[in-house]
Amino acid sequence: MAGGDPILAVRDLRVRFRTLDGVVEAVKGVNLQVNAGETVAIVGESGSGKSQTMMAAMSLLASNGSATGAVDYRGRNLLELSKRELNRIRGSRISMIFQEPMTSLDPLYSIGSQLMEPIRRHRKLGAKEARAEAIRLLDLVRIPDPQRRFKSYPYELSGGQRQRVMIAMALANNPDILIADEPTTALDVTVQAQILTLLAELQQKLGMAIVFITHDLGIVRRFADRVYVMRAGEVMEEGETEQIFAEPRHSYTKMLLAAEPSGRKEPPPNGFPVILEGRNVEVTFSIGGGFLSGPPMILRAVDKVSLALRQQQTIGIVGESGSGKSTLGRALLRLLPSEGVVWLGVKDISKADREAMRPLRRQLQLVFQDPFGSLSPRMTVGQIVTEGLLVHEPALSRAERDRRAAEALQEVGLDPAMRNRYPHEFSGGQRQRIAIARAMILKPRVVVLDEPTSALDRSVQKQIVELLRNLQSAYELSYLFISHDLAVVRAMADYIIVMRQGRVVEQGLTDDIFDNPREEYTRTLMAAAVDAKRFRLGKLEPVEQRK
Amino acid sequence: MLIFVVRRLLTAIPTLFVIITLSFFLIRVAPGGPFNQERGLSPEVKANLERAYGLDDPLWEQYLRYLGNLLKGDFGPSYNLPDFTVRELFEKGLPVSIQIGTSALILALIVGGTLGVIAALNQNRTADYAVIATAAAGSTIPTFVIAPIIQLVFGLTWTLLPIGGWGGGAFVNKIGPVITLSLPQIAIVARLMRGSMIESLRSHHIRTARALGLSEWSVVVRHALRGALLPIISYAGPAAAALLTGSIVVETIFAIPGVGRYFVDAALNRDYTLVMGTVVVIAIFTILFNLAVDILYAVVDPRVRYD
Repeated sequence: MAGGDPILAVRDLRVRFRTLDGVVEAVKGVNLQVNAGETVAIVGESGSGKSQTMMAAMSLLASNGSATGAVDYRGRNLLELSKRELNRIRGSRISMIFQEPMTSLDPLYSIGSQLMEPIRRHRKLGAKEARAEAIRLLDLVRIPDPQRRFKSYPYELSGGQRQRVMIAMALANNPDILIADEPTTALDVTVQAQILTLLAELQQKLGMAIVFITHDLGIVRRFADRVYVMRAGEVMEEGETEQIFAEPRHSYTKMLLAAEPSGRKEPPPNGFPVILEGRNVEVTFSIGGGFLSGPPMILRAVDKVSLALRQQQTIGIVGESGSGKSTLGRALLRLLPSEGVVWLGVKDISKADREAMRPLRRQLQLVFQDPFGSLSPRMTVGQIVTEGLLVHEPALSRAERDRRAAEALQEVGLDPAMRNRYPHEFSGGQRQRIAIARAMILKPRVVVLDEPTSALDRSVQKQIVELLRNLQSAYELSYLFISHDLAVVRAMADYIIVMRQGRVVEQGLTDDIFDNPREEYTRTLMAAAVDAKRFRLGKLEPVEQRK
Repeated sequence: MLIFVVRRLLTAIPTLFVIITLSFFLIRVAPGGPFNQERGLSPEVKANLERAYGLDDPLWEQYLRYLGNLLKGDFGPSYNLPDFTVRELFEKGLPVSIQIGTSALILALIVGGTLGVIAALNQNRTADYAVIATAAAGSTIPTFVIAPIIQLVFGLTWTLLPIGGWGGGAFVNKIGPVITLSLPQIAIVARLMRGSMIESLRSHHIRTARALGLSEWSVVVRHALRGALLPIISYAGPAAAALLTGSIVVETIFAIPGVGRYFVDAALNRDYTLVMGTVVVIAIFTILFNLAVDILYAVVDPRVRYD
């Protein structure tokens, strides 16, 4: 696909943001080019400036940002155009889709009316033609029943469908370049695959160039002709995709490539006792209902799920959003009212009330996905980590608690001297370590890890996975590892439960599930996530049976 | 939607009932009564008066009688303005207060809304600071200061406006009171609008609209403003209920025959029926305007559905 003249050339682009801490340079002299019809990937971890490079090209920087250098599109420097001239190119010749399909559409207008806007604006069509065109586009991005969907509002659509609508809007005027900023990151794996396939097909059909901004090397490998690797605002390495993956030259690229989680977890020996067991666990939520409005709707979030977690075992619970995996984890920890029986060791805790649970809580800890929201911003790290001790070991002296905090931080690989700082001073990975230290300080037996690595960059993910593994073998911990990220689950868990719509679809030893999935749904899930090399240019080949 | 409105109006009945009951007994708990005045009536006269108005009956009997009369639309006689029934007082005064209040509210929404949008579009620039400063001043200077200043400047010095009086509802007589009443509201609306507009402009779908090359008008008005209106609507409901039932300060200073002063006067004089009348009117206005807010919400935001 590569070839032809560059239609977009970024030259010595610098992006600066005025912040309270002074001027921050997010992009430091980037050069890159996009040729007609090719797919270019810009890869990097968070903060690498990959998004800001393209935001600057589109003049979409936040109001405290400014760009210098040049972004030449067919001989015109986009940075120097007036707003009016720029608006003739944006959405028409160059268009963009974003990471957040849930919020990127205006919630107050029907998708049809939003789709007609760029068509009418750039092509000066009448309402009737624009409407026909909008319906054609909805059909093009395979929204089922486009006539009817035309009138739908964004909230009535799933994330995947909204992203399809975004793509339709972006392609409404046959652009030369489509900039896709992490377009699938917020979507479930099976939906991810559908969106990527769609993009590849549309590219073949319409011939636009695609600039793919992503942190996901799997997508790059499937999708891109050429790659730019960015770090800290600079391009570290560029080249053909094959060559970058085969022989990366820069050490950072090598590190990125090596950051895919690896290794296996052996199941615990047979004699190890069951620590936490749930039988026919059921969680229902009632929606609506009340005075004068009739009976509530019952949503069965977890539907009769049973599992037994043995000492030093890691059970991975996988499934897409809404499958009930997090709810199951919380129900087992008795953080949600549930039906069914839950044993902690030999003790039936399913009827235990708040008071009765309190002394047991130290055995059952939880680490959340969001390392930003789950640490109180007004407490020091030391206070956060030792808060549980105040409840479970109230007799400890202040000095003793402080010593324990230092120990716990050291154990998760943080400098104990940091315990007097506040969470906002730490990176995402460090915060997740703090959250883990908070759980570990109580010496629990079971830790429920709810997407603990999903908000982190791959290289950080890998470190957290290592840390969790080490802690597990050092303290004979049992993990319930909830994740939608199959690569990480494979590295962490020895047993897997696949959930969908509150039910268990399939369960078994990790290798069996990954290599010989029996259920159709599991197979789709695996195909979408694991077999990176197998689909390229939109051809999602059937997964061959592996030995 | 119709079902929702009917349901809401039905639930308003028990609400009103509770409000009426509470205020009926609360005002009677307050020491004194409508005929305890400074000059003092002879005990016989007072007893006669109380008998005439049925105030010597047992309390529950008075309560039931009041409820029964209320159902017939009879709010009872005013004890302190003996020539009028409460209903007559409201029939005369309420239209005046509603005119002034509505004009002030509309003025506040238009002027305050525009200022807020201008400030948001120029965030942290001169225009923004000017609006913020004016708004701060507007909400800190009390109406009993603004009103005399308007009277002094426009009424006495320049003689452009009458100093006070209703003038049979002449336009010039309304200008002073409307401006006085709306200034603090303009300040509040401007600040609210600025905040919600800034947030709206930062949202992802605005970025999408810009990336699609839509015109600035479309981005700002069609996409940003509509969403930013929701907090304004929430505020405007209760504010309307308060403004339309009159303001004692404005009505007193400008000598306007509205209903704003009744509440305070009636409460001070233990004019039981007039207090109750005012409570019922304010409660009904509050309920209606909150309903209007909910309906407007559904009009602006398709995600809001009542069924």
